[in-house]
Amino acid sequence: MTATAKKLGDVMLRVENISLSFGGVKALTDISFDIREHEILAIIGPNGAGKSSMLNCINGFYHPQQGSITFRGQTRSRMKPHEAASQGIARTFQNIALFKGMSTLDNIMSGRMLKMHSGIIASAFYKGPAEREQIAHRAFCEKIIDFLEIEAIRKIPVGRLPYGLQKRVELGRALAAEPTLLLLDEPMAGMNLEEKQDMCRFILDVNDEFGTTICLIEHDMGVVMDISDRVVVLDYGRKIGDGPPDEVKHNQEVIDAYLGVQH
Amino acid sequence: MLYRESGQFKTSYPADQAIFTIKQDRWFFALLMLAAFVGIPLVATDYLYTALIIPFLCMALAALGLNILTGYCGQVSLGTGAFMGVGAVAAWNLAFRVPELNLLVVLVLAGLVAAAVGVIFGLPSLRIKGFYLAVATLAAQFFLPWLFTKVGWFTNHNSSGVITVPRMTLFGWEINTPMEKYLFALGVVTILALAAKNLVRSNPGRRWMAIRDMDIAAEIIGIRPIVAKLSAFAVSSFFIGIAGALYLFVYLGSAEPDGFNINLSFQALFMIIIGGLGSILGSFLGAFFILLVPIFLTRVPPLIGLDMSTAAIAHTEVMVFGALIVFFLIVEPHGLARLWQIAKEKLRIWPFPY
Amino acid sequence: MAFFLEVLIGGLMAGVMYSLVALGFVLIFKASGVFNFAQGAMVLFAALFFVGFIELGLSVWLALPLTVLVMVALAWAVERLVLRHLVNQEGIILFMATIGVSYFLDGFGQSIWGSNVRQLDIGLPTDPIFLMDGDILIQAFDLWAALVAGSLLVALVLFQRTSVGRALRAVADDHQAAQSVGIPLNTIWIIVWSIAGLVALVAGVMWGSKLGVQPAIVSLALKALPVLILGGFTSIPGAIIGGLIIGAGEKLAEIYIGPFFGGGIENWFAYVLALGFLLIRPQGLFGERIIERV
Repeated sequence: MTATAKKLGDVMLRVENISLSFGGVKALTDISFDIREHEILAIIGPNGAGKSSMLNCINGFYHPQQGSITFRGQTRSRMKPHEAASQGIARTFQNIALFKGMSTLDNIMSGRMLKMHSGIIASAFYKGPAEREQIAHRAFCEKIIDFLEIEAIRKIPVGRLPYGLQKRVELGRALAAEPTLLLLDEPMAGMNLEEKQDMCRFILDVNDEFGTTICLIEHDMGVVMDISDRVVVLDYGRKIGDGPPDEVKHNQEVIDAYLGVQH
Repeated sequence: MLYRESGQFKTSYPADQAIFTIKQDRWFFALLMLAAFVGIPLVATDYLYTALIIPFLCMALAALGLNILTGYCGQVSLGTGAFMGVGAVAAWNLAFRVPELNLLVVLVLAGLVAAAVGVIFGLPSLRIKGFYLAVATLAAQFFLPWLFTKVGWFTNHNSSGVITVPRMTLFGWEINTPMEKYLFALGVVTILALAAKNLVRSNPGRRWMAIRDMDIAAEIIGIRPIVAKLSAFAVSSFFIGIAGALYLFVYLGSAEPDGFNINLSFQALFMIIIGGLGSILGSFLGAFFILLVPIFLTRVPPLIGLDMSTAAIAHTEVMVFGALIVFFLIVEPHGLARLWQIAKEKLRIWPFPY
Repeated sequence: MAFFLEVLIGGLMAGVMYSLVALGFVLIFKASGVFNFAQGAMVLFAALFFVGFIELGLSVWLALPLTVLVMVALAWAVERLVLRHLVNQEGIILFMATIGVSYFLDGFGQSIWGSNVRQLDIGLPTDPIFLMDGDILIQAFDLWAALVAGSLLVALVLFQRTSVGRALRAVADDHQAAQSVGIPLNTIWIIVWSIAGLVALVAGVMWGSKLGVQPAIVSLALKALPVLILGGFTSIPGAIIGGLIIGAGEKLAEIYIGPFFGGGIENWFAYVLALGFLLIRPQGLFGERIIERV
């Protein structure tokens, strides 16, 4: 399935000269790339290349020492995670960050938190505006549950779900926020072939139906080549490739990085 | 056979979101309310009211408040006693200095005062967690009773430091017999329990639970930890403050601020651990259980011929509490509430074994 | 000036006593990640047995090893009945379990030995010593307490360097990982709690000699918590320094600030001080920073 039929929009996110270090360790060095609206961008690279750190910078969890991030025309150097969330950036995590004590439905509903405004007093009464809001957002979350085919587990506490389903619920929580930019950190890690195919289908459908821009970190080359519009390759915190999948596949530096040629 | 969900289809989201989704649960709750409001007044003795039922209601409310903070939001607090004290002192001052105020208004205002104090002492939770926070709440627990004793205004410069409750009337109905006090407390606690249940199943509850389960992830989906944590402290202290006011007004009658000490804090903590963290029902079950133990220990040994001195009974009580805490934490960390749930699940398939 | 020094030294000495209790906390926390709320009850427990044995007629030299045996048996019982079943539970569950243990020990010790205050005399000098030409008064006993605490500190720091000490640190980091490299979790825990029990015994003997063995010791032990916050939960030297700061701070506050508030500040000053510290430097003076990753 190619992406040539899709219409890509303007640059939504521009990352410029980002450098990030922790003490003496340089996680990212002078990284720049763009993400265009509606595209699926994959970030790949060997372990420790700085991929998760890059995502953490985009949604405000880490603050780079140098460089800037421009999201929808607004440039910012430091941003808090909840500010990123309110601007329409949602993400999933490598090691699932679900609320283990809550049910699937509650986890997904929590993704709608920024859109729900009932305060303490209204919620204490429940009947009236608070209930109406809960029901309206419940309806939306049920659509996501249908989409991800997880109806059967909606009342089960997520701590009890198998790993693959937990990843799906996490995707659901991210989708509940109706994000414009969706950051996925290794969404297929630990899944078998069938589960991966399901996940790919969901990602493509989200991009297709809702037009959500997606930036994902992934190790499975088959998946990357199949679904992404563009690929950015990182190695030791530097960008060593940027372009359509076919181009990157033949880039000598990228091949060296993965095969482990001496630097 | 009796407890079956089959045939009960919920065809709307409101039906699914209801507190009691199963018909049998609704019946059970209705019966419970009937028993509480009508049954008990018909059969209970004055002794039962003053020894068990009234303190049960007060402590259950306090446990409920603490459960919101610790069970739902994960912020450990050892300051429950002090906040009950705040509510009690505030309520007494209001009732004493402004006698025209309606009793319910007094309670709500006392709760709000406690909520404000709760927010102040909850500020450390923005920087620290877990047992570090527990130690910080101890600051409140030791400071506040000292404040109330030292600053004479709180006790109206009474030389003995004891505050005594004035006559209570509500819309012309004078509350002085134990049964009337019971009904008053029951009404207050029922309304507040309903409010609590509503809170934990909607946005505030989800915010709190998200912070409890993984506060970093909560921040990333847009929940601001400062709002969630401080609101938990505020709501929790509101409940605990009113519990303290009730404790003074309908149970003790008179008290000195020192009486709201760390033992109450531990009692409330034990109630929610044994009853079930993160459960409204659990707060009630735990309160009942904890208050039953001393009565059990005073009544039962003589029946089986075991003669224990009061000191021995006191020590045994303490030992039993300690052992029970450990037992519940090992066997069923979700407490009596979870045991109740398991019992209901077994009842669903009764008389079949599985 | 002389008065100030006297209050300061008195406070430092009181602080040493707090440190003794805090040391027990730190040991257990460093080695198992468990915040042992029962440490104070253990101090009382040890003191009760020690003074009880002596009252039964045993000499100090017999009572001491017997009490040590009791504390080791206690450590074994706690490991067997409580810790073993709560492996890999969250810290807060273990903390609450130690609250349960604390209550149990409190009641148990007193049911066996009763609740009366008992004098404990182990032969340490109790005469006052005068410094600076009689201007400053300190107790000889307090000097001995400082000496005891100092030796304990040295012993513990040395112990950390041994292989057992290393194993303890591994256990504190991650129970499962430690088990998977073959560290016998249960034995380690018994060792740690026994050592903490020994420290509790030392603290109990010192406190018992100074104040008499009585149930109130348990609530005094609560003061060790602010000590830990100041010193850091994972630092043995921190427990000592934290104790000194709390002890001195308390006494100085009572004398110099107390009159403005009508006295009685000692009850809460330590906690408020700790609270302030928590806001500025949560890990304490010497503790380790807690890093969280997603």
